[in-house]
Amino acid sequence: MTSIGALVSIALAFGWLSLFAVGGAAAAIPEIHRIAVDLNHWMTDTQFADAFAIAQLSPGPNVLIVSLVGYQVAGIAGALVATLAMCVPTAALAYTVSRLLTRAGDSPWPALVQAALVPLSIGLMAASGLVLAFAADGTAAAVVLTLVAAVLAATTSVNPVWLLVAGGVLGLLGWI
Amino acid sequence: MPSDSPAAGLPLEPPPPALPGRFALFVAFAKMSLAGFGGVLVFARRAIVDQHRWMSADEFNETFALCHFLPGPNIVNLSVVFGARIRGLTGSIAAFLGLLAPPFLIVTTLAVLYAHFGDVPALRRVLNGVSCAAVGLLLAVTWRMMLPLLKRREPVALVMLVVVFAAVGVLRWPLPQVLLATIPLSIGVTWLARRRRAT
Repeated sequence: MTSIGALVSIALAFGWLSLFAVGGAAAAIPEIHRIAVDLNHWMTDTQFADAFAIAQLSPGPNVLIVSLVGYQVAGIAGALVATLAMCVPTAALAYTVSRLLTRAGDSPWPALVQAALVPLSIGLMAASGLVLAFAADGTAAAVVLTLVAAVLAATTSVNPVWLLVAGGVLGLLGWI
Repeated sequence: MPSDSPAAGLPLEPPPPALPGRFALFVAFAKMSLAGFGGVLVFARRAIVDQHRWMSADEFNETFALCHFLPGPNIVNLSVVFGARIRGLTGSIAAFLGLLAPPFLIVTTLAVLYAHFGDVPALRRVLNGVSCAAVGLLLAVTWRMMLPLLKRREPVALVMLVVVFAAVGVLRWPLPQVLLATIPLSIGVTWLARRRRAT
């Protein structure tokens, strides 16, 4: 049953989370995982890893992983509510701030705050990697695939989509 | 003729094209969004700066810095701020919808398919492989972003990075509480470190 209650809890969870999504969607993944898997049991670890994979395979902003979580909870309405809750409050904030700040000005504070936020958002992305690795990498072969994909993506300029496709083919062949 | 217009015949930079209307904003953001596998930012920069020349590279960097600094998905913020600079509130809405509506339809279609066929063994195996590789890509992006901090050997930044990683990734503490504690702390220690370096 797609109850109004489910939609309201999706809206509240993601609307609140979005205000703390420093460093974008990739940095918010541990909290999305905590909300969807640990707290509310909306989906399993495997389903969460699948949602991440599907979001990476589809075009568009990575934030659309919340559409998949929302769909799991409450169908198409859930997907829509999760996406809007994750995007609209911060979009409204960005709109307001950009209207107020017509120019950067000479204040050292924006640069200082940004320098202070960068390590936090990188720490969050590393946490995302760990949380997802625990969700996705159940076998030794899976860990090896993750590490090889990481090294190839970090050291070569190969298009990331090909690494995803290669992972899918290896999986289909039953190697993972 | 205005005195500041370039003399005729000189092969200077071609004049910047007229600013886009709302429909053009929608289409441009839809295109960059649908081209953007694994992140839209690269395509946004290419379209806005190189292809349409709606912004200079510096203007784009400045706009993106603001969007990166604000909470929320950076590219969504960028669409709203860019739309607002060009066409006001309705421009914002057009760019926002262009960025999100087409990929939302695709991802929702995939969600429907996954709900029906997610348990098919062959698809399960494919998704297992794809998600392992996708985690690897995320680790690579994280590593690339970390490199400048490692090269500059900023102990303050590295300590903050490890603290947040441990709190959210290892201990699985809630993000809001962790950030409410670490953002003021990080601003404070960054400020102190800069002041000490300046004196």
